[in-house]
Amino acid sequence: MPKLTLDDLEKIREQTKKKTGLREGGEYRAKITVHMGTCGIAAGARTIMNVFLNEIENRDISDVILTNSGCAGLCSREPMATVEITGQPPVKYVDLTEEKAKEVLEKHVLGGKIVKEYALGIGSEKTDY
Amino acid sequence: MNQKTKDKTYRLHLMVCAGTACVSNNSFEIKSALEKEIQKQGLEDEVLVVATGCNGFCERGPLLVVQPGNVFYQQLTVKDIPFLVEEHFLKGRPVEKLMYIPPEEKTPVPVLSDIDFFKKQVLIALRNRGLIDPEKIDEYIARDGYKAMAKALTAMTSDEIISEVKKSGLRGRGGAGFPTGLKWEFVKNASDSNGNIKYLVCNGDEGDPGAFMDRSILEADPHAVIEGMVIGAKAMGANQGYVYVRNEYPLAVKRLGIALDAAREYGLLGTDILGTGFDFDIKIVRGAGAFVCGEETALLASIEGKLGEPRPRPPYPAEKGLWDHPTCINNVETWSNVASIINRGGKWFSSIGTETSKGTKVFSLVGKINNTGLVEVPMGISLREIIYDIGGGIPGGKEFKAVQTGGPSGGCIPKEEIDLPIDYESLTEAGSMMGSGGMVVMDEDTCMVDVAKYFLSFTQDESCGKCTPCREGTKAMYQILDRITKGEGTDEDLVLLEQLAHSIKDTALCGLGKTAPNPVLTTLNYFRHEYEAHIKDKKCPAHVCRDLNVYTIDEETCLSVGHGCDICRRNCTSDAILGEKNEAHKIIQDKCIKCGVCYDVCKFGAVKVD
Repeated sequence: MPKLTLDDLEKIREQTKKKTGLREGGEYRAKITVHMGTCGIAAGARTIMNVFLNEIENRDISDVILTNSGCAGLCSREPMATVEITGQPPVKYVDLTEEKAKEVLEKHVLGGKIVKEYALGIGSEKTDY
Repeated sequence: MNQKTKDKTYRLHLMVCAGTACVSNNSFEIKSALEKEIQKQGLEDEVLVVATGCNGFCERGPLLVVQPGNVFYQQLTVKDIPFLVEEHFLKGRPVEKLMYIPPEEKTPVPVLSDIDFFKKQVLIALRNRGLIDPEKIDEYIARDGYKAMAKALTAMTSDEIISEVKKSGLRGRGGAGFPTGLKWEFVKNASDSNGNIKYLVCNGDEGDPGAFMDRSILEADPHAVIEGMVIGAKAMGANQGYVYVRNEYPLAVKRLGIALDAAREYGLLGTDILGTGFDFDIKIVRGAGAFVCGEETALLASIEGKLGEPRPRPPYPAEKGLWDHPTCINNVETWSNVASIINRGGKWFSSIGTETSKGTKVFSLVGKINNTGLVEVPMGISLREIIYDIGGGIPGGKEFKAVQTGGPSGGCIPKEEIDLPIDYESLTEAGSMMGSGGMVVMDEDTCMVDVAKYFLSFTQDESCGKCTPCREGTKAMYQILDRITKGEGTDEDLVLLEQLAHSIKDTALCGLGKTAPNPVLTTLNYFRHEYEAHIKDKKCPAHVCRDLNVYTIDEETCLSVGHGCDICRRNCTSDAILGEKNEAHKIIQDKCIKCGVCYDVCKFGAVKVD
């Protein structure tokens, strides 16, 4: 290992920050939730999760949170994912495939434009408990 | 180098606390169970498990914080892991039953930052706690690590660094509170006739009972200490540093060693650091655990390979330290504050705290308190806020009696002073001292004479024996206290105690000896009535000093409630209890050895103590 220069130090900082930045909370551009109840997993939600994960990695995106949640209640339309751009109402996407997931990431998460063809609706059900 | 995290993006980071408290509660087993289960569920490319340093909330360990989201799981067992992994990390349903529920409440608090224990804390020295793997230098660098060092080495002169530290108002966190910038200036300007060599030392010989601030910093963020020392080295013109750390802190020694190797490999230590031409390296010296070696001159002697005994000052280490060269010795926590001061400016640091005490202080909160743990709070916070808001109050609804700060050199502050804002001056005025930050909370069941006796037994045990006042004086004080707790004390004893205390204070050689009488003086000041009760009434009000207790059985309760259950008689080792099943029992005082077993085993409250 050769000794670091100031530039190397900065490079390590930037690179590692991308991987560890999500530990620190703060502002995020968007949150993607893949619904991974039994129904979702059976319908291929795992593949969808991997697509998002790979895209986030390959495109070097550091301000998007990828998470999962349980069944959204519409098991027949799985795999589903919810995209929530910070400050905007969440959008649920249904019947996702690898291709559709990539498109959603590209157009909605990064581009800010909802992909209406795949969207089930905007907003979420009310909770009352 | 194994830097797996550099190559992959994970969607979840599981921050497992691996400070000593959690490790002793099996956090490494939890970590392996998590890894195994994550693999089983096929999540190993999505979920990363990270071992961090101490999270602080030791009471609730083993701990796990899930990021992003800051979800706080506590008191985990290996058995909980399969369910947790499947529910939360596979299906995305956080598991409420593993979350923290505040005492006397019913709903869990899922997010760490919403928990009272964490809310009032301000992290500077512990800025990276729970956020990085202390064994990975890249993660430290990502949190702006070594940025301040780079700035100090490339863009600041020695005087500029010292002036920034002076501006910050940082004072020594080891206890005495000497202004750090001033000390640095002394060392920088000290003339060294034999070769112009200067040394830096980090004092990690943390010996106060109940104190674990330094250990936790070294375990959680060793690079913060290293970076602070390199900055100090540039400011003072030193090329060699030592970290003196007790050998009873194996995890701290290990993580510091890994950190030093990694820093050397990156060229952040050693010769020509970052290509700037500046040389500085650090060695670890392991101490054998003698309390006296935390005293700076004894510590220096120990590094030199001599007997760890103090010597008179002056000359101060800043003039004649290691091998007679000017030496700057600062505590672990002091060093770990330095990088933030250089990064964010002395003015920022001095905006936190009180008039005379700037920044934050790390305390280890222990004793009769709900939330045992490590806290970092701004100077000037009140004892009440620490004990009730952060510490969650006293367990079992008991009443708060006193808090002991500053270890064996400190004193007991009574409940009347609970609104005292904490800084160096206020604690000293109250008869105690800041010390390195141990805070032992005591409730109504604590006997203050017994506490004083405990600390004196500690100091007389740990006295190095070099000077007579400490060697003989603390022993004599201990003997008097022992007599008092046995009911053999006299009125003259209190006078003698005070005389002894003052003469030790005035004549002992080192700081430890001079402050050893503090626990006695403060308890005599605030709790004199307890001493008097022991001496005049031959009673221990808290019923701690068993020689003074008289045990009796309330025959009515024994018979009508307990139906003469006979448990006390069967457990009595000295055949001092008379009675048979279904009969009222009775204690024969002449035979009773006051062990208290009958009191402990009686389920009906029939055994009384007075």
